[in-house]
Amino acid sequence: MEPRPKSFYVLTAFFALFMLFLYGPTITIGILSFQGEGGGLTFPMRGVSTYWFRDLFQQQAVGDIWGSFSRSIVLGLMVMVTTVTVSVMGGLAFRTRFKGSGILFYLIITALVIPSILISLGVGLLFSQTGLTVHWATSGFGAQLTWTLPFGLLIMFAVFNRFDKSYEEAARDLGASPWQTLRHVVLPIIAPALIGVALFGFTLSYDEFARTLLTAGSYNTLPLEIYGMTTNVTSPVLYALGTLTTLFSLAIIGVFLTIALIGNRRRARAGSDAGKGVL
Amino acid sequence: MQARPNLTGWLMVSPLAIVLAVFLVLPIILIGVVSFWTATEFSIIPAFSWENYDFLFGSPVTYSVFLNTFKYAIITWALTFSIGFTIAYYLAFHIRTQTWQIALFLLCTIPFWTSNIIRMISWIPFLGRNGIANSALISWGVVDEPLDWLLFSDFAVILAFVHLYTLFMVVPIFNTMMRIDKSLIEAARDAGASGRQILWNVILPLTKSGIMIGTIFVVTLVMGDFITVRFMSGSQSANVGRLISNDIALLQYPSASATAIVLLATVLITIAILLRFVDIRKEL
Repeated sequence: MEPRPKSFYVLTAFFALFMLFLYGPTITIGILSFQGEGGGLTFPMRGVSTYWFRDLFQQQAVGDIWGSFSRSIVLGLMVMVTTVTVSVMGGLAFRTRFKGSGILFYLIITALVIPSILISLGVGLLFSQTGLTVHWATSGFGAQLTWTLPFGLLIMFAVFNRFDKSYEEAARDLGASPWQTLRHVVLPIIAPALIGVALFGFTLSYDEFARTLLTAGSYNTLPLEIYGMTTNVTSPVLYALGTLTTLFSLAIIGVFLTIALIGNRRRARAGSDAGKGVL
Repeated sequence: MQARPNLTGWLMVSPLAIVLAVFLVLPIILIGVVSFWTATEFSIIPAFSWENYDFLFGSPVTYSVFLNTFKYAIITWALTFSIGFTIAYYLAFHIRTQTWQIALFLLCTIPFWTSNIIRMISWIPFLGRNGIANSALISWGVVDEPLDWLLFSDFAVILAFVHLYTLFMVVPIFNTMMRIDKSLIEAARDAGASGRQILWNVILPLTKSGIMIGTIFVVTLVMGDFITVRFMSGSQSANVGRLISNDIALLQYPSASATAIVLLATVLITIAILLRFVDIRKEL
């Protein structure tokens, strides 16, 4: 190997600083959430305790943290499943040009770039003008899909642009029906990307704020709850909640990455299944 | 045979089309319609009046707020681009094994999957009056008094934008850099180009499309934002998004809609200009 140029060390230092910038604040509130009972929102630490975490589990003066947490999880799962299904179908359809595919493509891009407050305002207006009640599972769900679907579809487009069609042709030549080809050839090949789409779907929904602001109705999701807390809670309980929800997000990312890794291992171990047939 | 692919295609995209029609197209149309309505303090009244637009374009506040929005967008763009390009360049050309590349890349992307609001809140202990930054500056003797402009200021807004959105630059730029044929760089080196010349004349032009995609993300996210500006400026600065959300809070939906339409037009024109430089569909 050739020796590292001097620029490598400069850039490594830059990268390290960037990591500090990215993670430093989050780690700081992680530490401060163990603030002692009399401590405030900044250093110094007045002792170390789990007081603020325990406080989270007590009845809060305002809001309903655990209710909003479970709503956020349910909504996240709904958005995740829908995003994966709709993105795969959309990705498959976009492989051939059909009438209206151009318009639909620009709509997807529009959904991606439109200021989120317009979705919130527009969907809110749509429901109020048609006499429907906004609810997180209907209007909130739809509003979030306009943000997660473009990401899912862009990933699917990228996957299918690199997809080797000869696998499908081979399956067809061997007499597989279109459904069998999809089920046993296409889906297993794109599976790792689907895990990515699922991760996007869940986390983008779980953290979404702007699009659910006017569309969640009377029951808040967790980000809305946290935002409400920033205006009237000035104790480290805010940090404790922040730390917990960040840990939850990290756990979710960890789960998805592990699934992807195990999938890869298994595939590498299984190797070719030529001659074994599909049962 | 001609009609069938069209039919299956339509069937497969129909869920997508329905979601986008109901939750994207209809709401935009409705915002357009409502922007011509009038409002009292308690209700909104269907009408066809240019009142909201007259008021919007007649008010000097509008222009200063739009100017402020562009200011945030341009400064954030410049910072996220310089940082994002450097990070992507480091990952793509200085990290030699793929395992390390993936690991470091993941490290850059993980914060994207955590809550933006929490990430904003997490600047409080750092930037506050008694925060880490001020304590450090005082103990180093750089300043005597704690600085007041660290938190709840334009500085804090830009800092949060850079913190939240640099990733949107890193990912597309890294993606295009990874597709650059390494032999082109070797050819440049063999032809006697210095590292700087390779960066400027080979790598930069070849990553143009990634830069453009990153730019579109960052510019639209910043222009459409209302929550970062409100939180990080402590409600002291305004951008167009905040103008809209203030109107919404006062139930002035027609006026909010008019501002929203103007914002949407501004964003779309900006994108149209940027898209002249890159064909997104080809870049995926």
